[in-house]
Amino acid sequence: MQTLKQLSTLLKSRQRSATELAQSYLDRIASSDLNAFISVNPEQTLAQAKQADAVLARGDGGDLTGVPIAHKDIFVTRGWPSTAGSKMLSGYNSPFDASVVEQFRAAGMVTLGKLNCDEFAMGSSNENSFFGPVKNPWDKQAVPGGSSGGSGAAVAGGLTPAATGTDTGGSIRQPAALCGITGIKPTYGRVSRYGMIAFASSLDQSGPMAWTAEDCALMLSAMTAHDPRDATCIERDPEDFSRHLADSIKGLRIGIPKEYFGDGLADDVRSAIETALQTFEQLGATRVEVSLPKTSLSIPAYYVIAPAEASSNLSRFDGVRYGHRAENYTDLGDMYRKSRAEGFGDEVKRRILIGTYVLSHGYYDAYYPAAQKIRRLIAQDFQQAFANCDVIMGPVAPSVAWDLGARVNDPVANYLADIYTLSTSLAGLPGMSIPCGFGQGEKNSRRPVGLQLIGNYFGEAKLLNVAHQFQLATDWHTRRPSS
Amino acid sequence: MQWDVVIGLETHTQLTTESKIFSGAATAFGAEPNTQACPVDLALPGVLPVLNKGAVERAIQFGLAIGATIAPRSIFARKNYFYPDLPKGYQISQYEIPVVQGGTLSFVLEKDGQSEVKTVHLTRAHLEEDAGKSLHEDYHGMTGIDLNRAGTPLLEIVTEPDMRSAAEAVAYAKALHSLVVWLGVCDGNMQEGSFRCDANVSVRPVGQNEFGTRCEIKNLNSFRFLEEAINYEVRRQIELIEDGGTVVQETRLYDPDKKETRSMRSKEDAMDYRYFPDPDLPPLVIAQAWIDRVKASLPELPGAMRERFISDYQLPEYDAMVLTQSKAMAAYFEAVVGAAGKEQAKPAANWLMGDVSSTINREGIDIAASPVSAEQLSLLLKRIADGTISNKIAKEVFAAMWDAKSSSVALADEIIESKGLKQISDSGALEKIVDEVLAANAKSVEEYKAGKEKAFNALIGQVMKASKGKANPAQLTELLKQKLG
Repeated sequence: MQTLKQLSTLLKSRQRSATELAQSYLDRIASSDLNAFISVNPEQTLAQAKQADAVLARGDGGDLTGVPIAHKDIFVTRGWPSTAGSKMLSGYNSPFDASVVEQFRAAGMVTLGKLNCDEFAMGSSNENSFFGPVKNPWDKQAVPGGSSGGSGAAVAGGLTPAATGTDTGGSIRQPAALCGITGIKPTYGRVSRYGMIAFASSLDQSGPMAWTAEDCALMLSAMTAHDPRDATCIERDPEDFSRHLADSIKGLRIGIPKEYFGDGLADDVRSAIETALQTFEQLGATRVEVSLPKTSLSIPAYYVIAPAEASSNLSRFDGVRYGHRAENYTDLGDMYRKSRAEGFGDEVKRRILIGTYVLSHGYYDAYYPAAQKIRRLIAQDFQQAFANCDVIMGPVAPSVAWDLGARVNDPVANYLADIYTLSTSLAGLPGMSIPCGFGQGEKNSRRPVGLQLIGNYFGEAKLLNVAHQFQLATDWHTRRPSS
Repeated sequence: MQWDVVIGLETHTQLTTESKIFSGAATAFGAEPNTQACPVDLALPGVLPVLNKGAVERAIQFGLAIGATIAPRSIFARKNYFYPDLPKGYQISQYEIPVVQGGTLSFVLEKDGQSEVKTVHLTRAHLEEDAGKSLHEDYHGMTGIDLNRAGTPLLEIVTEPDMRSAAEAVAYAKALHSLVVWLGVCDGNMQEGSFRCDANVSVRPVGQNEFGTRCEIKNLNSFRFLEEAINYEVRRQIELIEDGGTVVQETRLYDPDKKETRSMRSKEDAMDYRYFPDPDLPPLVIAQAWIDRVKASLPELPGAMRERFISDYQLPEYDAMVLTQSKAMAAYFEAVVGAAGKEQAKPAANWLMGDVSSTINREGIDIAASPVSAEQLSLLLKRIADGTISNKIAKEVFAAMWDAKSSSVALADEIIESKGLKQISDSGALEKIVDEVLAANAKSVEEYKAGKEKAFNALIGQVMKASKGKANPAQLTELLKQKLG
């Protein structure tokens, strides 16, 4: 299971053709039991690979030309259905490509297919997909995390060298951690959301998931063009996110938020994180204790804002123009009720109900403005912390991956497990997960632990530098599950 | 009991941008259904709105024209409700912080033959998108959806409850209509729905300070319907209260065939729109420099033009107000004065407010389409001024000019010539007619000499009649006084 960078070298030196490579991944996908993919279209994939080979033959290829990629099925694509993991959009074909998909196509990457995810990106175990749960390649009894669970599992399982994910409250970082790969959620506004099926617009941000920080840097450089079709996409000069990878991190000040190391943190995760921090110290970094006192408030704030936005964003799925429409109905209201009742799964309905409730007349003032206020306070907390440190580190999740089915009847437990990732999303900061060890699963299985790196606004290059230096000094990112 | 009527209006004006408020699709009217709806308008999965600066620019123009505050930062919100012609399941509109705040609009109100200048205060004007259309005919048991109109930019202009009669509401609506057309922010086409009003109507006993319970009449797309609907609604509310009932706050629709309003939904059924700031759209920030730029590019506004008409042409305020109610009327006036000379300003104003207005109103055309050009009219004014014809004869000449539909610059002279309408200013000719009339009306002469002033007017009338109206009135009075000495 090679990294994107390794494959890029093989392609450019013509040791392997894009077509060969695509075919080998398609074969692996076909024989995989991870349920990581919702749709493949070998004909399309191979056509793209052929184009890439033509470019490579001319010697015009870039770093990404001919490298396979798969997209979370929250991005709309031509050539593959775009379902958002929902019955509502089962079989829906988009007439256009998402901005991110367009950009990777322009860079010559070859699309392998669409990846499973929690329905409308709502969930942290990938068990909320209409297309069934995804298995964790490290232990098929375990969840891969979510909502970008298909992305995490596909990379870790060797079904693609690179994947896109989206992160609203941790949905890139948490599956990256649980699947033992590297993923980065950029600063809000860094990547165009055009063509990303919206969950919570003020939080949604897409990013790359791959084996290494080096791979993520290559991908991020190709997906961050300014897009006038997204009014929240910030206009900045194009950036080469690989430019600082080799920089020394001597003197780096690492902020350790004490709130991230409290009671809820599992011992195996705590110890892996501690070892990682010691590695950083050996590389010349120093630890600084910082405080993010509003961390616990991020859960209620997030579970007001995200469902509020979702309840409105998902109103367009009404059975009128596209998507699922109930077969029998008596009138317009009945059509809406039945189509939506049949088309959405339980978690989506739960969040639509929460969101509708908090926006309702008489309740709005108690919830929404209060949550926005907390959101501002959380952002201020981070700015105070960054006055004394360069990056913040801590766990991504309180535990390693849990067993499939273990928490399906306890949504609140799932919500609480987002504690370390939500505040970064609320503040709009970039956050990253890198593999840093293993913890104990059921029956003594080994399940990956992720280290979270949080940077200041637009500090992705710095985060990737820090992550890359760690990966030069450790080999966690080279470990592969036994298939 | 005596009743006070209280009216506030909300007017949806469709802005004249080429493309929609949040997408690049065209806004042209009358295209085949769903041919002007792009993925953003259809609310396909993954699309996002991007604000059209042209719509904002027009809102700023309007705000400046009514002396409003242009909010330096305003917010787009989502108004959530389900309807098949609302593709996203929410309408993007401005709710708590609109782009235009305050302002006033003044207009002339004609009442019982009197004219007064009336000022209505505006609460706000906000940007929003229009919905599509549901087509219930032609689809047996089904509904067709046309999303061409979905996303069309609207400026909703809301007044304070400042109006006290249907006539006043109509006068305001007409003034607003001419202002938005004047500015070019709206084409004003009411048949196509570019300008439509919702009227909030309530009544209260004279002397009562609190407002009565109001009803909102939706979607009135002609001035006549606006007037009829308000009048019906006022009668309905008064009769209801006088019969011991109470007015229920509700939304009503006007049926122009039955000439009555009927209930659409009550306040209890009012939807909870769950407004919240749209996270897809950053706050609309308008820098002073943008406002200054728009200000510099504004056409001369009615208010400024009014002041100029008063100072440059010495017109009374009323005249200046009437002439500046439409850009076309003002332009016509200035063209007449330009050709006839500044000293003809007041006569020109009188003609425009008199015969010209009544003729175009009767024919239902706009001044810009008048078959009598400003230049042609200016010659007519010159002929009155130089004594060639009297004002009275001029009316006849004007009517003939209108019917002639000729482009000849000398049309007035041609008609005066061909119809022999030249005023008799030759003293010899006039004296002859006067002598004949005096001889034939000995009785009136005697009465005048006995002190009956009225008899003098009778004699004037007789001379006028005998001269077919062509006698120069001033000369005639002089001559007659002389003769009757």
